[in-house]
Amino acid sequence: MKTIILAAALTAIAAAGHAQTVRMGTEGAYPPYNFLNDAGEVDGFERAVGDEVCARAELTCEWVTNEWDSIIPNLTSGNYDTIIAGMSITDERDEVIDFTQNYFPPAASAYVSMDPDADLTGGVVAAQINTIQAGHVAESGATLLEFATYDETIAAVRSGEADAVFADKDALAPTVEESGGELSFVGDDVPLGGGIGIGVRESDGELRDALNAAITSMKEDGSLNEMIVEWFGEDAKTF
Amino acid sequence: MFAFCADPDTLDPVRWFACYLTTGKHQNFYWAFGTVFLLLAVTAPTALLFGFGGAIAARSRIAPLSWLGKGYIAVVRGVPDIAFFLFFVIALDQGIEYLRHVVLCPEWTEPVRQGSDFLVCNEAKMPLGDSPQWVHEAYGFALAVLTFAIVFGAFAANVLYGAMRAVPKAQVETAAAYGMSPGQTFRRVIVPQMWTFALPGLANLWMILIKATPLLFLLGVEDIVYWARELGGAVTPRFSSYPHGDWTFWYFAVLLVFYLCFTKLSEVVIDRLTANLARGQATAGGEALRKGMA
Repeated sequence: MKTIILAAALTAIAAAGHAQTVRMGTEGAYPPYNFLNDAGEVDGFERAVGDEVCARAELTCEWVTNEWDSIIPNLTSGNYDTIIAGMSITDERDEVIDFTQNYFPPAASAYVSMDPDADLTGGVVAAQINTIQAGHVAESGATLLEFATYDETIAAVRSGEADAVFADKDALAPTVEESGGELSFVGDDVPLGGGIGIGVRESDGELRDALNAAITSMKEDGSLNEMIVEWFGEDAKTF
Repeated sequence: MFAFCADPDTLDPVRWFACYLTTGKHQNFYWAFGTVFLLLAVTAPTALLFGFGGAIAARSRIAPLSWLGKGYIAVVRGVPDIAFFLFFVIALDQGIEYLRHVVLCPEWTEPVRQGSDFLVCNEAKMPLGDSPQWVHEAYGFALAVLTFAIVFGAFAANVLYGAMRAVPKAQVETAAAYGMSPGQTFRRVIVPQMWTFALPGLANLWMILIKATPLLFLLGVEDIVYWARELGGAVTPRFSSYPHGDWTFWYFAVLLVFYLCFTKLSEVVIDRLTANLARGQATAGGEALRKGMA
């Protein structure tokens, strides 16, 4: 009899320990949204948001990194369950995957160049591949130069290969700040996209609802705004 | 790593580098070299096995088996590596999951393909969704090894197929005259003697295999190229205790030296092996050895 109870207890523990593990896919190369810290772990604004969302939705979460370029195909084929990688909610992406509500308000994109008079509509502009910024540059009349990572777009401007780079203003701000005056913002900010949301498979409605509920509660008690201010500074747009 | 690493901003360059080069991120980089060696250590024998099987099949007198062997060699050699790597690994992964799905979840009625989603039941996921990260990595690595082995096995099969036919006819006829069966001739005469003919081709493949290891990166395995790129990129003080400019060049220079040293070492070993295998062979190399000894 004892063994039966013990066995039943063990099964219950095993079942509880089996709580759904959600694999969080990110890029790990887009500070301050997500990056690998000195210890080689995923860090940044999205790590903080993701961990909090998982805690509130009572999910066990595991962080994995994936190339930006193939981040959507790897979600749909099931290598991980969410994309939390500074991905703006756009109609094109929404056709392939689903998004939660945004956890970061629609943010401005901006041009950065070494030359204050850079030609932004006729020159060569670098952008990261498959981003809304790349789409915008392609339509602006400038020659689009695409790179796999954010780092490479900056390197292209520094080397003179591109006249300017077009990216999220929040990612560019620390880069400009640290360049010691070499790089500066040029032209006007461009508002793009519908904010940043967590991407999930279209068939994963249950997970999307759980994440949505957690994000709503973080918006309501102001903890999300605190994180935005912590990572993006006092001037950042909040909810 | 070291006690004095607590405040990197105040360190002299030597200590700064001692701390910088031992961060968790750098340790991942060093482990990645181990990944490359492990890949080679597992892939080379596996590919040789595939090659041996392919060559035997291609030589077979049973027509369907021979077609299979020749088909394998022709198809895999003819498809660009990158196409094979990108297509085959995804197809293999989904194929395994689909088979498990059919066996493990017979009551599932929804289609496996829904739009762009590939959907199998949770029990059929490979590896299971809740298994720890290292299992996912090991699985990815195993897929990579298998893919490498199939690709390089096809080339090895072609090399071995040629080497088996290069064993002097007189040797085979003598074996037959001694009353050996075709199987015995193959085991006792052809296989021991074919290596001297196969080695230049196999050595070539080994070199190409070494250079092909960065393709691991395409397969999602975090190899040395991934970490070199990750570590080389410029970092600002906000996101790291060790800010630096764009050092990609230096990290890739390290990779260049690594690959050059590794291929050079391989050449030395292969040269010795070639000399060893030429002993007693009716080839130019064997003849030179015989004259040298006399």
